[in-house]
Amino acid sequence: MFWDDKMTTDLEKVKEVLGPKKQFVHGDTAVCYGALLAGCDFYGGYPITPASEIAEMIASLMPKVGGVNIQMEDEIASMASIIGASWTGAKVMTATSGPGFSLMQENIGFAYMSETPAVVVNVQRSGPSTGQPTLGAEGDMMQARYGSHGDYQSITLSPNTIQETLEFTIKAFNLAEEYRSPVFLMISADLGHMREMITIPDEVDLVYRKTPKVPPEEYVPFGKGKYGKEKVPEFAPFGTGYRTYVTGLTHNEFGFPATDDQQDHDKLIRRQIEKITDDREKLTDIEERMMDDAEIALVSYGIASRSALGALKIARDQGKKVGYFRLKTIWPFPKKKINELSQKVDKIVVPEMNTGHVYHRVKEYADCEVKLVSKIGGEIISPKEILEEV
Amino acid sequence: MADKNEVDVIDGKQLQDKYLREEMMPHIFCNGCGLGNVLDYVLWAVEKEGLDLDKTVFLSGIGCSSRIPGYINADALHTTHGRALAFATGVKMANPDLNVIVFTGDGDCIGIGGNHFIHALRRNLDITVIAVNNYIYGMTGGQVAPTTPEGHIGTTAPYGNIEPPFDMCEMAKAAGATYVARWPVFRPHQPINSIREGIRNKGLSFIEMMSPCTTAYGRRNRFRKIEDLWAFYEDKTILIEEYDKIDRFGTEEEKEELDDKIKIGVFKRSTRKPLEERYRDLLEEFK
Repeated sequence: MFWDDKMTTDLEKVKEVLGPKKQFVHGDTAVCYGALLAGCDFYGGYPITPASEIAEMIASLMPKVGGVNIQMEDEIASMASIIGASWTGAKVMTATSGPGFSLMQENIGFAYMSETPAVVVNVQRSGPSTGQPTLGAEGDMMQARYGSHGDYQSITLSPNTIQETLEFTIKAFNLAEEYRSPVFLMISADLGHMREMITIPDEVDLVYRKTPKVPPEEYVPFGKGKYGKEKVPEFAPFGTGYRTYVTGLTHNEFGFPATDDQQDHDKLIRRQIEKITDDREKLTDIEERMMDDAEIALVSYGIASRSALGALKIARDQGKKVGYFRLKTIWPFPKKKINELSQKVDKIVVPEMNTGHVYHRVKEYADCEVKLVSKIGGEIISPKEILEEV
Repeated sequence: MADKNEVDVIDGKQLQDKYLREEMMPHIFCNGCGLGNVLDYVLWAVEKEGLDLDKTVFLSGIGCSSRIPGYINADALHTTHGRALAFATGVKMANPDLNVIVFTGDGDCIGIGGNHFIHALRRNLDITVIAVNNYIYGMTGGQVAPTTPEGHIGTTAPYGNIEPPFDMCEMAKAAGATYVARWPVFRPHQPINSIREGIRNKGLSFIEMMSPCTTAYGRRNRFRKIEDLWAFYEDKTILIEEYDKIDRFGTEEEKEELDDKIKIGVFKRSTRKPLEERYRDLLEEFK
């Protein structure tokens, strides 16, 4: 697939390489499987616990499907390499954990500014700094939203099973291509290293970035331009004759630096943000259980949502009217859905494996009482701890 | 663009018409800056080697030198400070059919980008790196650089630089570049030939261009006019062949003078399989 033609994916070949349809694998493996099924052409990474298994498995599988794997000298370079590769038209991914995610923020910002499709997987561990390398956490959720400097809108997905990790990796690639944007897949180390049975899908819906249909002299690489109404501009890969100038400087719709004009910057950044926030409802993905008569809602995501599910069952057994409301897309934040929820229930409980990253966002949009159940230190929050607030 | 490519370029005006983006003019370079010369030499090399600009990507980091790709009518990636070579690694590995030329400066290359530089050299991708050395952080107003000579003034070394400077060519040689050369910008023919050789070389070619910065460096170091800085470089530089001759056969007195000199010329020509070729071999095993 790769050096020959980046705009196609040989799904049969990928499935042959991945092996049996049903497998008992951990989350890191599921990320790799999802990436290959999504047509990932290029992986640039750097080893870090607890995401190293992704780099290892990619190193073993990539050559078999004709893709490229390279281990870079650090995470700054990993992020740089996938952006460079993406500009040749490749579907690209890197994977890391907190310390690496911190290093990547510089070039993540460049990816936003240059509207480069890229998937970044963060298998989260406790921080700040080196923290607890082998233990799980979900403390990078705000970094996925605001980690790089300046104004931008992030797309961040948070699965809670191994099967969903595979499926969300594919989804992350599709969203990156559709919106010309970095997309984050955030899992905790617990999910990264936990094994569950997965089923490799027979069919996969794949999205490829839109390439220009107009001749080079009419191509507008960074704007709606006069030829399109879409906020996501078409993408001309390097080497196709469109001669695109890509810069991290504020630029006009033709890509040329426009660093002195307030309006140029305003227009560029607001379009980049709105191309995602305009589709907030479409991007919102929520799983609800027993919400019909619920008076208390457990708003959760990621690994903590599995404990929320346990808490739900216990509470219902005790006759308490509790419901389960799981966010699968964290950013852009489903503010409308949260506000609607708060009109229905008396209280929202937010269990999180951090000190309240999503809790504060829920509080911002909810009109009812909101309580945080926070746990850090590498132990998964327990249903019992959640029930104390119910 | 295609019709422009068919014209035979015989003078500088035609070279500009063929390769430069008019819409990016005027350029940001100061009077007396060497970057225009460097751009000129690269374009002559591109012309003489017949590179297809539709299949050529120019990359750069941050700094004065990194603004060069903006003026060339081709695909270009103006990246983050020091990271151009890491981006270039992605471009070349993802599409080895593209010609890749990287512009970097001394601070960009060996300061903030030092680690990427070392590893790009080690990997030896088939790319050409033009490092424009002005011995100072010019874009930010003249702060001391890892290349600033000892005793020279920078805004962050107001009493003179006390750190020893870095020799980028020595690093390039040691870490695995397959072609290494250094030229001052006031010699047009040698740099053009070196860049041409670098483009032809199958591997990482590193060409350092000694470029005067009158605004941020010259002024503070008693090179009031551009001519003073050119004269200083002329006096300071010695051809590698000359250097070796004196080093072997010279008198003690002559040898002592060498300590103060900057070597110029072609320092290394070697052959080593580029990384993208090694990866191609690996892929063949799975076909």
